[in-house]
Amino acid sequence: MKFKTFAAFVGPSVFMMILFIALPLVSVLIQSFQITQPVMERIEVETCTPGFLTQTCVTEIKTVPIIGDDGKTVTTTEWTGFESYRNVLQMDKFWAAISNGTPGEILQIDFWKALRFTLMFTLVTLPLVIGVGLLIALTVNNAVRAVRGPVIFISLLPFIITPVIGSLSIYWLFVGDGILTSMMERWSGQNISMFAQAWTVELLMYFYRVWHVAPFAFVIFYAGLQSVNMDTLESAVIDGASRFERLRHVVIPHLMPLIIFISLIHLMDCYRVFEEIVGFRAEAHVKSLQWLTYDFLRPDDAGNRAISRASASAMLTMIGIVFLLILPLRRTWRDHKGGSH
Amino acid sequence: MFKKFLLAGVVSLMGSTAFAACSYENETEVKMLSAGFEAWKAVTDAMAECGNFQAELDQEFRTKQPAAFEANPSLYHLGGVSNGTITPLLNAGTIRPLDDLVEKYGQNLKPNQLIRINGQIMAVAMMVNTQHLMYREDVLSDLGIETPTTWDEMLAAAAKIEEAGVVDHALGATLKSGWNLAQDFNNMYVGFGGEFFNEDNTTAVNGEAGMKALEMIKASMEYMDPEVLVSDSTYVQQQFQQGKIAMANLWASRAAAMNDEAESQVVGKVKMAAAPAAMEGGIPATTLWWDGIVVAANISDEEADAAFRLAMEGIDSETVKANNDAAIWLIEGYEPTDLAAGAIATATAQPAPPAYPSTSQMGLLHTVLGNEVPAFLTGERDAAATLVAIEEGYTTAAKEAGVLE
Repeated sequence: MKFKTFAAFVGPSVFMMILFIALPLVSVLIQSFQITQPVMERIEVETCTPGFLTQTCVTEIKTVPIIGDDGKTVTTTEWTGFESYRNVLQMDKFWAAISNGTPGEILQIDFWKALRFTLMFTLVTLPLVIGVGLLIALTVNNAVRAVRGPVIFISLLPFIITPVIGSLSIYWLFVGDGILTSMMERWSGQNISMFAQAWTVELLMYFYRVWHVAPFAFVIFYAGLQSVNMDTLESAVIDGASRFERLRHVVIPHLMPLIIFISLIHLMDCYRVFEEIVGFRAEAHVKSLQWLTYDFLRPDDAGNRAISRASASAMLTMIGIVFLLILPLRRTWRDHKGGSH
Repeated sequence: MFKKFLLAGVVSLMGSTAFAACSYENETEVKMLSAGFEAWKAVTDAMAECGNFQAELDQEFRTKQPAAFEANPSLYHLGGVSNGTITPLLNAGTIRPLDDLVEKYGQNLKPNQLIRINGQIMAVAMMVNTQHLMYREDVLSDLGIETPTTWDEMLAAAAKIEEAGVVDHALGATLKSGWNLAQDFNNMYVGFGGEFFNEDNTTAVNGEAGMKALEMIKASMEYMDPEVLVSDSTYVQQQFQQGKIAMANLWASRAAAMNDEAESQVVGKVKMAAAPAAMEGGIPATTLWWDGIVVAANISDEEADAAFRLAMEGIDSETVKANNDAAIWLIEGYEPTDLAAGAIATATAQPAPPAYPSTSQMGLLHTVLGNEVPAFLTGERDAAATLVAIEEGYTTAAKEAGVLE
């Protein structure tokens, strides 16, 4: 291909990637080392507010931002180095917990609590998604041709639902007097509260994520199954290989690149787990890294936002993803170099 | 045919009473952003009758308002605020003093309605809101329980109700982690006589009152739905309406829903009393709130004039008479009914509960409380460690926001 043609095809996408991914990333990186804050002054303010019948006036010292001549608040920006990272990671508490011999206390720090959950969530759901996806793919592949269409359609449905809506619907099914909880209560004769303790909430989240993502794995695997070498399979049958042996020695090696692909996508997606926390209103019990960033960024009633800490937390999340991706990426790289495909 | 459709659309937009109840016709286009509860709906509907008016009622108003008002020209002329959400607008100077406009159009306003900051009128309040005790009168009288006036009595009553087993859970509460839970902590904390801040802007939460507040909330949770950490105002309101709970300290603006025959199974059975005190002889454990109207700074004086005139039309006594139970109105013509009894008893109690403080520090502390208190209520850490965590969290946030050296 001529370089010009190549550039014409790739150029727009590279431009978009620089504009929408690289540049924002750089700006987040910079902001994580800076703190921008309004210049404050302490002034005496008399505030009169209504009671029901009379007015109450109080005079108090308030700390308020100074407004400049242009009508905007005066702000200063300072380089603070790793201050924001320290505030997010709270390493002093981390080491204190370890040296006190109470490592459990680490999980009381928001970041580490969120990291624990995010990693568990990612690593527990990964094999489940691949396993369930493969199972559906094999089942559909062996199903009678006439029912394949409808079966594919139905099994794809969970993937079509928007994550927030999906997690909300699971929430409404299982909350206090939800339909499924009521059914389980009638059946077991016990009062069931799925959202009252952390482990049931977490379990529901795992369940939801697998239910939601397995169809994606299924479609990919199903496509892969169509290209399995029939000659190899037949010779395996002639050699007396059982169904399981054929799966293990022929089908799965053939699907391996796809399994790596699904793992990559899943690791990236899961590490950014967010919708489940919002949908399940789970902040009291479990937090994820992405939710932490969101929480820093959300303005409170007085308009304050912790932008520096949010940037630091976002950078840490990105570093985490890179770490997780190293293993599968190395494997793909090796496979490419080996040139076997 | 198309014209007919268009006409039908316009007519339905205007509503059936369009231009009927307004004393004048509004010529200037006016836009407003406010919260989305019943009282705002009533007020903005009344304003719409004058024409050329567009209202956006959105519960996310608190995140939208500061940026929208900072634009020049401002994206909205009017804003609906409460004492909790006026702070960013005041701090950024994006709302204007209203003294001259009040003089021109505010003849019907009561002095009580004018929110003065350093002598200047910055907002006009239309209603007060507070938490009050809502209880099932039938349940309590059947069991021979007096209306609780303190939280200790609440717990004693809850124990009796739980024992009788007449409802699923004796108590309901807005303990959804985050803003709601933090507000319930604030209520209990001021009830125990706590001050939020020291002279130097550091927080004073880590003390005796904080300890007592945490423990009282935890003690009350024994009589609540185990899933109470996901329960917000609407959830508690529905629990009441479905007869699942017997008592709750809930927002006054939720009272009218109890007698809504379309959705409530307990019409006429829920009564209101003053918010219970946290300690004997103390103030009702709650904070006072007001909701009102502000005018943007970044608009022309003519627009501000028209907008304020329109706002006065929205919060006049006609609106109040037509929507008497929608709020505890501060406006002339409001006649308190049984639904308001609790809130009024709370607001007029001696000594009275404090107004929710409207400062940058309070916003920061509120967020930290919402994030740190859940760990105590789920049993992950003890009260002392929680208070330390709140203090540290606030210090970090306050330094970052520049309110603490």
